[in-house]
Amino acid sequence: MMASSYNAKDEDGHITVTGPGGGTLRSKKPENTAFKQQRLPAWQPILTAGTVLPAFFIIGLIFIPIGIGLYVTSNNIKEFEVDYTGVDMSSPCFNCSQNFSWNSTTPCTCTIPFFLEQPYESNVFMYYGLSNFYQNHRRYVKSRDDSQLNGDMTSLKEPSKECEPYAYHDNKPIAPCGAIANSMFNDTLELFYNDPNGTKVQIPLTNIGIAWWTDKHVKFKNPGAGEANQNLTAVFQGTTKPLNWRRPVYELDAAANNNGFINEDFIVWMRTAALPTFRKLYRIIKSPSNGMMPTMPRGNYTLEVVYNYPVRSFEGRKRMILSTISWMGGKNPFLGIAYITVGSVCFFLGVVLLIIHHKCGNRNNSADISN
Amino acid sequence: MGLVASFFGQLCGKEKKPEEERHLRANDRSFNLTYQYANNAIKTSKYNILTFLPRNLFEQFQRLANAYFLFLMILQVIPQVSSLSWFTTAVPLMFVLSITAVKDANDDINRHKSDNQVNNRIVNVLVDGKLKNEKWMNVQVGDIIKLENNQFVTADLLLLSSSEPLNLVYVETAELDGETNLKVKQALTVTGEMGDNIDALAGFNGEVRCEPPNNRLDKFTGTLSLNGQTAALDNDKVLLRGCTLRNTEWCFGLVIFGGPDTKLMQNSGKTTFKRTSIDHLMNVLVLCIFGFLASMCTFLAIGNAIWESREGSMFVAFLPLEKGVDSSLSSFLSFWSYIIVLNTLVPISLYVSVEIIRLGNSFFIDWDRKMYYPKSDTPAQARTTTLNEELGQIKYIFSDKTGTLTQNIMTFNKCSISGKAYGELFDFTGHRVEITEKTEKVDFSWNQLADPKFVFHDHRLLETVKEGNPDAQAFFRLLALCHTVMPDEKKEGELYYQAQSPDEGALVTAARNFGFVFRSRTPESITVVEMGKQVIYELLAVLDFNNVRKRMSVIVRSPEGKLTLFCKGADTIIFERLHPSCKKLVEVTNTHLSDYAGEGLRTLALAYKDLDESFMDEWKQRHHEASTALVEREEKLDELYEEIEKDLLLLGATAVEDKLQDGVPQTIEQLAKADIKIWVLTGDKQETAENIGYSCNMLREEMKEIFIVAANTAEGVKEELQNARRKMSSSSADKPSVIKARAGLFWLQKTETVQDEEVDGEYGLVINGHSLAFALEKDLQLELLRTACMCQTVICCRVTPLQKAQVVQLVKKYKQAVTLAIGDGANDVSMIKAAHIGVGISGQEGMQAVLSSDFSFAQFRYLQRLLLVHGRWSYLRMCKFLQYFFYKNFTFTFVHFWYAFFCGFSAQTVYDEWFITLYNLMYTALPVLGLSIFDQDVNDRWSFQYPQLYTPGQLNQYFSKKAFVRCMMKSCYSSLILFFIPWAAMHDTVRDDGKDIADYQSFALLAQTCLLIVMSIQLSLDTHYWTAVNQFFVWGSLAGYFAITFTMYSNGMFLIFTSAFPFIGTARNSLNQPNVWLTIFLTSLLCILPVVAFRFILIQLRPTINDKVRHKMRKEALPAPTKPVRVKRISTRRSGYAFSHSQGYGDLVTSRKFLLKIPVRTRPALFTETDSPLAQNQPQHYRTITEEPEGSQSP
Repeated sequence: MMASSYNAKDEDGHITVTGPGGGTLRSKKPENTAFKQQRLPAWQPILTAGTVLPAFFIIGLIFIPIGIGLYVTSNNIKEFEVDYTGVDMSSPCFNCSQNFSWNSTTPCTCTIPFFLEQPYESNVFMYYGLSNFYQNHRRYVKSRDDSQLNGDMTSLKEPSKECEPYAYHDNKPIAPCGAIANSMFNDTLELFYNDPNGTKVQIPLTNIGIAWWTDKHVKFKNPGAGEANQNLTAVFQGTTKPLNWRRPVYELDAAANNNGFINEDFIVWMRTAALPTFRKLYRIIKSPSNGMMPTMPRGNYTLEVVYNYPVRSFEGRKRMILSTISWMGGKNPFLGIAYITVGSVCFFLGVVLLIIHHKCGNRNNSADISN
Repeated sequence: MGLVASFFGQLCGKEKKPEEERHLRANDRSFNLTYQYANNAIKTSKYNILTFLPRNLFEQFQRLANAYFLFLMILQVIPQVSSLSWFTTAVPLMFVLSITAVKDANDDINRHKSDNQVNNRIVNVLVDGKLKNEKWMNVQVGDIIKLENNQFVTADLLLLSSSEPLNLVYVETAELDGETNLKVKQALTVTGEMGDNIDALAGFNGEVRCEPPNNRLDKFTGTLSLNGQTAALDNDKVLLRGCTLRNTEWCFGLVIFGGPDTKLMQNSGKTTFKRTSIDHLMNVLVLCIFGFLASMCTFLAIGNAIWESREGSMFVAFLPLEKGVDSSLSSFLSFWSYIIVLNTLVPISLYVSVEIIRLGNSFFIDWDRKMYYPKSDTPAQARTTTLNEELGQIKYIFSDKTGTLTQNIMTFNKCSISGKAYGELFDFTGHRVEITEKTEKVDFSWNQLADPKFVFHDHRLLETVKEGNPDAQAFFRLLALCHTVMPDEKKEGELYYQAQSPDEGALVTAARNFGFVFRSRTPESITVVEMGKQVIYELLAVLDFNNVRKRMSVIVRSPEGKLTLFCKGADTIIFERLHPSCKKLVEVTNTHLSDYAGEGLRTLALAYKDLDESFMDEWKQRHHEASTALVEREEKLDELYEEIEKDLLLLGATAVEDKLQDGVPQTIEQLAKADIKIWVLTGDKQETAENIGYSCNMLREEMKEIFIVAANTAEGVKEELQNARRKMSSSSADKPSVIKARAGLFWLQKTETVQDEEVDGEYGLVINGHSLAFALEKDLQLELLRTACMCQTVICCRVTPLQKAQVVQLVKKYKQAVTLAIGDGANDVSMIKAAHIGVGISGQEGMQAVLSSDFSFAQFRYLQRLLLVHGRWSYLRMCKFLQYFFYKNFTFTFVHFWYAFFCGFSAQTVYDEWFITLYNLMYTALPVLGLSIFDQDVNDRWSFQYPQLYTPGQLNQYFSKKAFVRCMMKSCYSSLILFFIPWAAMHDTVRDDGKDIADYQSFALLAQTCLLIVMSIQLSLDTHYWTAVNQFFVWGSLAGYFAITFTMYSNGMFLIFTSAFPFIGTARNSLNQPNVWLTIFLTSLLCILPVVAFRFILIQLRPTINDKVRHKMRKEALPAPTKPVRVKRISTRRSGYAFSHSQGYGDLVTSRKFLLKIPVRTRPALFTETDSPLAQNQPQHYRTITEEPEGSQSP
């Protein structure tokens, strides 16, 4: 008989079922928590002209100066590059590159003269660069034994299977094993400054401090590193050198802290590159302590290469790079240009969006929703 | 006899399965045990402790996804192929398997519990001549058990004896077939004689031979041999497990089938597994992805072959090929290696995440207080947790009427007595007062026989009656006399009416409360207590109701000897037969009737006529002749009735309300706004259904036309349907435009879609049962579908359960639309199972609908919340999830593809292996779950405010193949940026101290950090609803990434697991570089900016409804919910004689025949009120009429 008027209040949970004992009656009524009722307080942002347009303009305004800064910094970095692969007949290294054999005992040396147009201040970094060298090939990357390199005695004698086929040679374990170690870069580069007065001065090259600290001190350890008076020759007794190497691992350097697995040239090589064209730090030319003279003044230089490393077979290239650095690393104009471009595009997009918003946005958004 | 039996016993015992005949002997366990029949224990659980692990794993690996990952894992063990360590697949796989195993174990524990609960129910079993309490599971075939009132039937029993006369037993079969009317079973007289004599029962040694266990509920054949006599057994003598004993004090039964052999268990077959359309789409997409993966890998393998022959062969000095591997074999191996690397296109976590999201959304449905019905303490329940997002795509709703739209409660609501309307309240100024629950009720306590549940608010009526107003008294006297209700007064003063239709019950109850209590009847008399005074009327004739007459009359002689004819019927019919003197009264009454009809009330007009004794004598004579005539009896009777039912004097009119569930019209209006079409499929007759259609706002006066299809031949139906269609759309073609397509996995499914047709307005369609049967025939069903789909509202009347399912299937098949069926009764089960989503109304007596439903709640009105809020959100969330998830994984994987060109197609990964392992499992798992569990574009109130927000779901707009392709393009772009910007920024550069940074490890770290940051920002862009949880997940995951990265790249981890964590120091050495961060910043921005710009432009140029509402929501407060006004239509429509029964009881009432028959069984159950489980607070009480009213005399 009563008119059944639909009451929204019924459904808002205002009816509470409580038993006579003050709510002891267990009801199946769901709990009234914000979580269960999906009423959690929430921030509900939407893309409005008020937020999107300023964002675009601000991003534009921030990016362009950053880009200019980056570009200028990158431009200030001095970089010099010599390709000494010896592909051309005219190249001084042509002969060496042609007559290569892994087992040749007589080193082939070639000399490349070059001219630095600008003086290089502060520390100068000397890199060797390889192209078309697939250090990132899967089979290459995994062909190493980190335990062995970390000085594990067991792994030294029994290299991991991953190293195959460079795990054993003549039934002796190879140390360091694997394809990466086996293919270590072994050209020797030396720099000479041709003084204007005609003398040829060798530039001192530092080979310490070219690897990551963590690699040198944590990741790479000679076997039996903890023992006093370690004798590397004795430690590596019973192992054999990698096939392509001329010297065993314990004769890489005279200095004890740069020999064996913790030789920095070796460590640098073992940090495989991500891309087939890469550069690796070879030596550092420290700036003179007085600081008055540029590290490498403008003038004529000679690069002397002991040409050991064959790359012609796979059309690789070898480069020697001299570079200064800045806070953002080496020379790389890409970031600067990219930032400027993106900033400009943002700004432009902002304008376009503003026009669109002005022309259409208001009309559409204020339009009532048809029922 | 025993010899023969034992012979058979041996024969049967030796026989192996299948069982051909069941043979058992009462009270002889040892005999019955020889057959090894199942006892009454049931087992629905799947595992036990020992079998759990193997079985569960076996089941899990049957899933394609798991098997695929197992296959991947095996691939990874092969060293030549393995491009990733085994743990990258094993860890996620273990995780997934264990989660599923835990869930399965939990489910099975619940099944064990419910099995235990059922198996441990207690029943009285006759053991060694004594009744003993025994657990259900220990009951054996051949036992005799005793059941008491309201107990569940323990097993399939042969009824032996009962407390009721004639060994009758009443059972409710709602659990079994859902019909809530009581069924009668009768024991054989031989066994019935034993009664409750325990000794007799204990000595009972009858032997039963019967059919083997089967699932036919309506059939049973067998024989009972007792003392050399054989009696046939049929379905009437069997009580089935699942039934409930009602109105019977006790009964004894012999167990024939136990546990798994019972018809109930035989029927509970596998439920069909429903899958959502998103599931189907996902399957197709996954298949596409597999194809895509294969082609990508083929491409890369070819690349590998080329590289190996051109470069690799030159490179052998540094990197020799393994023995026996040439470039073609290497290419073959690299194909599989790339399958491993790129497998993240179809990540295992997809399926797990989808399940978790659905589960989460199901919990939100369970927890929703706004779908909780306090009156019956019923919360909404998501019984299937895998169908949520489909709730956001419903296009068609098929609804039952009784119990779903209506409460199946008829209330005497208003009346008009000689031109005066009663039933409404007015205040002093003469305005109508809204009647609410608090309105003061009329006090009927003066009348000891009044029904306490009857409620009426208008005091004037009672005062009028008490004053002795002759019209009012005549009005109620008529109601007390002119009906076919049976009274039931077990105790003095406790009066129950058994009415065949609730309408009649309501009218007689009204009369009872207003002082005209119908007390008892015999075939020749009616006893009425009029204002406390008992009056016995002599019943001379009942002029029964039928569909043509649309009225019924009684002729009675009062104790004073006055002869009167009382007539009630459809107003139009009555008005034709009135005395001219009533003309004025007719006008007034007519306006009242119009008002009532406008409110959707069912109306009746009442009239009477005093008769002459002489005329009556003569008429009665002719009536007798006519009723005994052999030819044309019906016609002759009709003529006679016509003759006497004229020149009537109008008394007034009644208005009975078929009470709708709360909020039904509003819900229907909301759903209509959401462009959901509602079809009502009801077992009711046409007038009733139409009436409800009006009162719940489905049929409206504004509609251009409402077509009624009621033809009785196939041609007629076809013509009517075609006419209707041409009227709606004159350009409608004769042939339906059917789009044939292929869909599903491997495009194996053929689909036919009938296009929607343009209609120039709103139309309604009402189709009755006969016509529907024709229309569902093969050649007419498309005709029906086309016409029906053009109408806003479709009402099908007199629909059988099977037809309900057929209608649903028809729409499913030819519309490719998502359907939902909602109902409360067992006759809705077929429809609930057929539809994509089945919703059961719970809290009623029968649970059958709920048990087979996917979602259940107590009130129809919750449907709008389920669909417009939960469904929409679930769909939105699922689509967002899928889009984001595919984007996330495609981008992740495509970067490998680009890198292949730089690493000699060697299947080298770009990222650290640990990152690959943890990317889906940890770094991005929680944020995306947060997004897809909490996100809401607009809150629930705005969803209600703008139901049209629902329509994108129906059109599959949020996620489709197109969206998937878009998603892939976006990933392609992002992956290009993600690879080439770091590449350009890093190649050939060094750190600020001149050392390496372009090494593989630093590059991997840079690439993965960029990726993760881009993914987090993208997620933030997609998140519309930032709760604290989301914030926590996003920031926490990023922080977690850095924390885990630094930990894994730390000295300690390296020293402990040297070979597992070779990335030592990478994080420290490269993340302190400004150019690394500048690169990350640039990459992220370049990935995100175009997305933001594109979205902004879309919002500006082509805002979606969601954008508009969100915009509006930001600017305005939610308009206060407008108080729903009870729509009062000015109606010219007049509801018909609205009795919901088909044939009157008239014959039965006046003859003795009915007293012997059991009406329930004669009534075609499916066509009557079986879809109406009785609400608990119903004033009338229905019971099968079986006993003779006291003092009845032969006519």
